[in-house]
Amino acid sequence: MTTNISSNGGSTVRIDVNGTHYRELNGLIREAVADGAQRIDLHDVHGQRYIATNLRTEAEIHIHGTPGNDLGAFLDGSRLIVHGNAQDGCGNTMNEGEIIVHGHAGDITGLSARGGRIFVREDVGYRAAIHMKEYEEKRPALVIGGTAQDFLGEYMAGGIVVALGLTLNGENCHKASFVGTGMHGGVIYLRGHINEHQLGKDVGVSKLTRKDRTILRDLVTQFAAHFGYDAEEILASRFIKLVPLHLRPYGRLYTC
Amino acid sequence: MKTYLPPRFVIDRYAERCIACQVCVRQCSFDAHAYDGEDDEIRSYEKNCVGCHRCSVFCPTQALNIRLNPLSYRPNVNWQPEFIEDIIRQSEGGGVLLTGMGNDKPYRVYWDHLLLNASQVTNPSIDPLREPMELKTFLGRKPDRVELDPASLSLKTQLAPQVAIDVPVLFSAMSYGAINLNVQESLARAATEAGTLFNVGEGGLHQTLYKYANNAIVQVASGRFGVHPEYLDVARFIEIKIGQGAKPGIGGHLPGGKVSEDVAETRMIPAGTDALSPAPQHDIYSIEDLAQLIYALKEATNYTKPVCVKIAAVHNSAAIASGMVRAGADIIALDGLRGSTGAAPKMIRDNVGIPIELAIASVDTRLREEGIRNQASIIAAGGFRNSADVVKAIALGADAVYIGTAALIALGCTVCQQCPTGKCAWGIATTDPILSKRVNPDIGARRVVNLLRGWSLEIKEMLGGMGINALESLRGNRLHLRGVDLTDGELDVLGVRLAGR
Repeated sequence: MTTNISSNGGSTVRIDVNGTHYRELNGLIREAVADGAQRIDLHDVHGQRYIATNLRTEAEIHIHGTPGNDLGAFLDGSRLIVHGNAQDGCGNTMNEGEIIVHGHAGDITGLSARGGRIFVREDVGYRAAIHMKEYEEKRPALVIGGTAQDFLGEYMAGGIVVALGLTLNGENCHKASFVGTGMHGGVIYLRGHINEHQLGKDVGVSKLTRKDRTILRDLVTQFAAHFGYDAEEILASRFIKLVPLHLRPYGRLYTC
Repeated sequence: MKTYLPPRFVIDRYAERCIACQVCVRQCSFDAHAYDGEDDEIRSYEKNCVGCHRCSVFCPTQALNIRLNPLSYRPNVNWQPEFIEDIIRQSEGGGVLLTGMGNDKPYRVYWDHLLLNASQVTNPSIDPLREPMELKTFLGRKPDRVELDPASLSLKTQLAPQVAIDVPVLFSAMSYGAINLNVQESLARAATEAGTLFNVGEGGLHQTLYKYANNAIVQVASGRFGVHPEYLDVARFIEIKIGQGAKPGIGGHLPGGKVSEDVAETRMIPAGTDALSPAPQHDIYSIEDLAQLIYALKEATNYTKPVCVKIAAVHNSAAIASGMVRAGADIIALDGLRGSTGAAPKMIRDNVGIPIELAIASVDTRLREEGIRNQASIIAAGGFRNSADVVKAIALGADAVYIGTAALIALGCTVCQQCPTGKCAWGIATTDPILSKRVNPDIGARRVVNLLRGWSLEIKEMLGGMGINALESLRGNRLHLRGVDLTDGELDVLGVRLAGR
């Protein structure tokens, strides 16, 4: 097991990860950041967890291979670019920064995110964007190129989810059920079709306003730029907007 | 709908003492007193009285007495008044019965059946007034063995991060939202002064409390409110909240009414929305997943501080605790059946979980049997009333205890169980800005520090009486306990002999 670190003497560092334990790897990343690295390339990543967690830097980290669970947990400003698939818990409780996945992402992508942006070129697993939050200008966004498994946006308290359905074929219908169960904040934009029975009981369908279109255009343009799509072509399709029916879904649950 | 509930309390107003000054009217946040200007008289609305005694304490002429309504139903062993009235409440409200504070049912309080030892003749007792006594406690993972460098006699073993506290009593998790900032600040200042820690609960750490962060335990719970890198960085240690003694297995809902602008900013959710903490943490469905979050937090803080995992004491606590320790928890917190809360469904609070005494004993025994007791400290919680309970808990195997209710009582709480209404007349379990002013952090901190000082002195007295001069020597030393009025099965779980044996 060897870890090869090479630097061009400037601001780019390359780390050949191989079998390096995540603790050591994160140490190396922190060291590189402390030395002023602006770009770090991780090669041969094989499931190491917690890559770049709580890294206070605006450095760009390119991940080649498959990062493990909790990629960018508590992320605070870095930009992570995964050239491959991400596993579960990608962007867990992230605060600031950007995660761009050139492939799929697993379950609970963007769990409890409070800020920052996640772009996934293809699909995400179960319970993506669960309990995302927002506060004033701090508004996290998860943009999914394809579709999601069940419980997308469960318990959402804020933030923006976009699922573009680009991996759907035929009927162009999303497969997820229980979308937005317990949702009491935030918004989900879906391109493609979804049946009413697939929605959580706390979710309503509404029309996109001009403000929604501005938000969508901004996110889809960024998505298209990351992955080489034509934003206008995507935006030309019909979108559905899902919003919570109540800010207090369980307000009538109790007797004092 | 007319309520069929009879008043629970009677307000005795002594006319010869009452000067109609209206202090009671202003103090009561439940509208049990009202001034009638026409007759220049104070009237009582007893159906609104919750028995919190705010009015009688503040009445300048002692003109008020609040007592239980003696109104009796026809005696019936099965249909106790509480069950009748619960049904009335539900038939009028149609919801889950909500209550506050800890389990008030007559389950056995084992502390009252455990007795401490004292030295007589064969070994001397120690007088703590003249001899040094050590209460200092180190929380965190201890190594299996320590290695010294023979030349320099310095420690070669790399120690895991430890947190030292001067008194083995910490303040339980109480979130901003459930209680107000003045209460949190009182506890924060008391903790700082007394050399212990306060737990911010899951509502985040308000900006004004960052200066006390070195004495703060921050929670990462299922709602993940207010969790961000700085919050993790500044804390003394981090607690992953899996469960709570008052409501094992369920989440929490801070009603939108309590989510003020300031609470919203600390939790980072829009004001007025319900703050929902789901029942499970959605990234934890197994011990392996727990390990993943523990190490996520350790990675995020670069292994500089212990990570604690808190669970409610339930049937399989011992096995679960073993898994928690193996998952990497440096501290485990056990919250027992009588653990308190700002709001819980009554059926859950009163019927789910196991007593903390049995949980401490079974967890400590299990971890010892597996040879991993040193790998985690144990903090016990759930209804600790006085220093004797603390000493008994430590003798049973705990490293320290959490107190919540006891600290709030020091601030004025009378355990009237109205916390979920948000109308606390003592200004504790409310975020109402006017009511919140009733707790002054200067006075609050002083009252809580006084309490801890009293308990510390008492703990030293009890230790000295047993001939022990360091709390460390009592930890898990169950030979210093004897049971009275307990069955063989109970003694067996507690690992304690019957008094006289």
